[in-house]
Amino acid sequence: MQTDHPVFLRVRGVGRRYAGVTALAAIDADVRGGEVLAIVGENGAGKSTLLKILSGVVQPSEGTLEVADAGGALGEVELDGVRDATRAGIALVHQELNLAENLDVAGSIYLGREPSRFGLLDRRRMRDDARRWLARVGLEIDPGTLCGTLPIAQRQLVEIAKALSTESRVLILDEPTSSLTTRETDRLLEIMDELRRAGVAVVFVSHHLDEVMKIADRVIVLRDGRKTGELVRGEYDRAMIERLMVGRDIAASERREVAANAAVRLEVASLTSAHRRRRPVSFAVRAGEIVGLAGLVGAGRTEILEAIAGVTAHGGEVRLDGRALSGDASTRVRRGVAIVPEDRARNGLFLENPVAMNMSLAWIDRTSRARFVDQRGETGLVARMVARMQLRPPQPARRVQTLSGGNQQKAVIGRWLAVNPSVLLLDEPTRGVDVGARAEIHAEVRRLAEAGSAVVFASSEMEEVLLLADRIIVMHDGAIAGELAAHEATEVAIMHLATGGAAHAHQTGTHA
Amino acid sequence: MKRALGIIGIFLAILVFSIFFAENFTTGINLMQLTNRTALYSVLALGAALVIVTGGIDLSIGSVVCLAGIMTPWLLIEHEWTPWQVIPTVLAMSAFIGLCHGLLITRLKLQPFLVTLCGLLLYRGIARWMTGDQSQGFMGEYGDVRAIALAKFSIPGLTDYRLPATVIPALVLAILIGLFLSRTVWGRWLLATGRNESAARYSGVPTAWLVTGAYVACSLLAGFGGMLFIFDIGSAQPSDFGNFYELYAIAAAVLGGCSLRGGEASVVGVLFGVATLRVLQNTITLAGYSSQIEFAVVGGVLLLGVAADELIRRYAARRLERAGAAA
Repeated sequence: MQTDHPVFLRVRGVGRRYAGVTALAAIDADVRGGEVLAIVGENGAGKSTLLKILSGVVQPSEGTLEVADAGGALGEVELDGVRDATRAGIALVHQELNLAENLDVAGSIYLGREPSRFGLLDRRRMRDDARRWLARVGLEIDPGTLCGTLPIAQRQLVEIAKALSTESRVLILDEPTSSLTTRETDRLLEIMDELRRAGVAVVFVSHHLDEVMKIADRVIVLRDGRKTGELVRGEYDRAMIERLMVGRDIAASERREVAANAAVRLEVASLTSAHRRRRPVSFAVRAGEIVGLAGLVGAGRTEILEAIAGVTAHGGEVRLDGRALSGDASTRVRRGVAIVPEDRARNGLFLENPVAMNMSLAWIDRTSRARFVDQRGETGLVARMVARMQLRPPQPARRVQTLSGGNQQKAVIGRWLAVNPSVLLLDEPTRGVDVGARAEIHAEVRRLAEAGSAVVFASSEMEEVLLLADRIIVMHDGAIAGELAAHEATEVAIMHLATGGAAHAHQTGTHA
Repeated sequence: MKRALGIIGIFLAILVFSIFFAENFTTGINLMQLTNRTALYSVLALGAALVIVTGGIDLSIGSVVCLAGIMTPWLLIEHEWTPWQVIPTVLAMSAFIGLCHGLLITRLKLQPFLVTLCGLLLYRGIARWMTGDQSQGFMGEYGDVRAIALAKFSIPGLTDYRLPATVIPALVLAILIGLFLSRTVWGRWLLATGRNESAARYSGVPTAWLVTGAYVACSLLAGFGGMLFIFDIGSAQPSDFGNFYELYAIAAAVLGGCSLRGGEASVVGVLFGVATLRVLQNTITLAGYSSQIEFAVVGGVLLLGVAADELIRRYAARRLERAGAAA
């Protein structure tokens, strides 16, 4: 192990129990300045708990934390709250975006520690300083922009800028790239590298092993609350991490063939968004086909999915099995159009309600008798869907809030399984979902397609698009930039189209 | 039911206090009047609860009570309509008011607070203008119709307590709304809409219609309640009839466990919320305190109730977070 980097934070035998359940046990780790430390593990492996302990959000029930003082000597500390952690030079960027939508960017970055002059808010200094921090994350936006108007990706970067602005020695990022595009991710990795070289200790959690392999100096793998391995750069490969994470090998998926004579289920003709001026979009999806919408954030993929689902108004025509699809989401759902939204906390889930209510909402009207809920039928069907989606823990009465991201997503997808949707629309189906759950979600989507659904999904992850789609539609600036069959698609070809490259040129690009 | 436990506890505490410290509290006549008033206000509070479940609010309840209540004797006496014409007309008008609120809120996306605040001013203004601000009453007539609210049923074994007829509509409505919320698809959808309107929409719930329906039901119940009130008291002034009733209704619903954030309701809780406020008011009067202090006491109790609710909620959330991080 390298010893030339000073230890900023030492974790010794740390564990955490909740009401008798062990969430984390006997974790040892050194967080060193000038290093990037990755923490990986499946959902529920204890990553969040560990991050919360490091950042003072929760206190360990066993073990100790030691923080280096100015001279580099380690001393035991108790981090009782985020404030303590901040004082110790530790900053956490949450996975969920915590920005107040009605504040501007500068106000968000300096929330609670606004610079003032003669007791008045020094708005000018705040903005100038904010601009400097924004520049460090490659964000060239006006600090006066309202956070609520920024796309998710940019909000994430603002959060990171905010964490940087507290001059912390230890920067903890919880799944920082889960909502970023490839390009933004690359930029973030560069920023992490710059910070590392500046002597900052960077700790991050990620489900993207590519990123981990690219940037991390050390990787700590967790499974079921325990450390199953600590790997040093250059001494491991991807399969090794995966084995440590899940305790088994993950099989690569096999490619399916869609019958060329399958009937067209979904037809989108000259679709335009009612809210933004976009060029009309047309495409068709056959029964059993999985179409991936690739493109950069803001390319218009979400708008297409939401228009088809009837969540937002649109121009043009959408046809299902040859018949025009009209009306709002409630009438389209009754015709078998299902949507799994991008922002599941806001648009997908009833966080304070039980899993059962979340899963049954989409179909209780169909199983009802004279509009009275068939409670026994509901319980039975929910239990079957929980089992089919392999929800963990398999407790329908549990509040959705308490589930991990991957299991929350399974609950949203499981909602639609019982209705055998004609059209399944998924927006970022595995954002913030670990490898194991991701494979299960993909398998379930394929199963639905095999049962005859037309599936359209949008994903910013190239790997997912290549893995799941039979056909790839690449969007650029609100229009279709090109189409690729799965067997001819490569990351380079998709990227070329997504960044505005001409359709004919990509051929040479692919074969070159 | 679990949500109602807190308010049932508060109610029992105040009840015991009143039994021991308020003179004449346990007399038959007082208890009869208390039951009657609780039943009447329950009709309004149940309507308020339906709107609160959606995360909205209806400030116009008192003014709808006034308009519907004043119109009833006005049409019967001054315009000589028959009861068979008056009752459907007044109820239809109330429902129409709710429909307007609902459409303004769901289609024009106006804020419920503003829409119903305008309603609060509008309907009382109409009632006062329509009647020339003159007191309206039944002039001793229509005893048969007023019996809907005035009749009393003897209970075997009790000599000086008879059950007021208003209990019947209040209980029937409570049971219907309770069943609606807990057992029907629409109830499930309404609660889901209140919890997360957007997620409900993505799940295929016709949220706009449900919210509109809640406002229709609320105004309809306010109109129906207004009629029962006027049957009960016989005559009223357009300028003050129904004043602050919306606040009593909202306060009772909130005390009964309806979160103003929407998505949560307990019909049993609402009934006990109303009963609590009524017993309080009654005790203040009986104990000989000036009735002016009533608002202060009601405000204080409401504040204590919601503060306690919030503290319990936080405690539960903390436990939940611990359980969640362990998962």
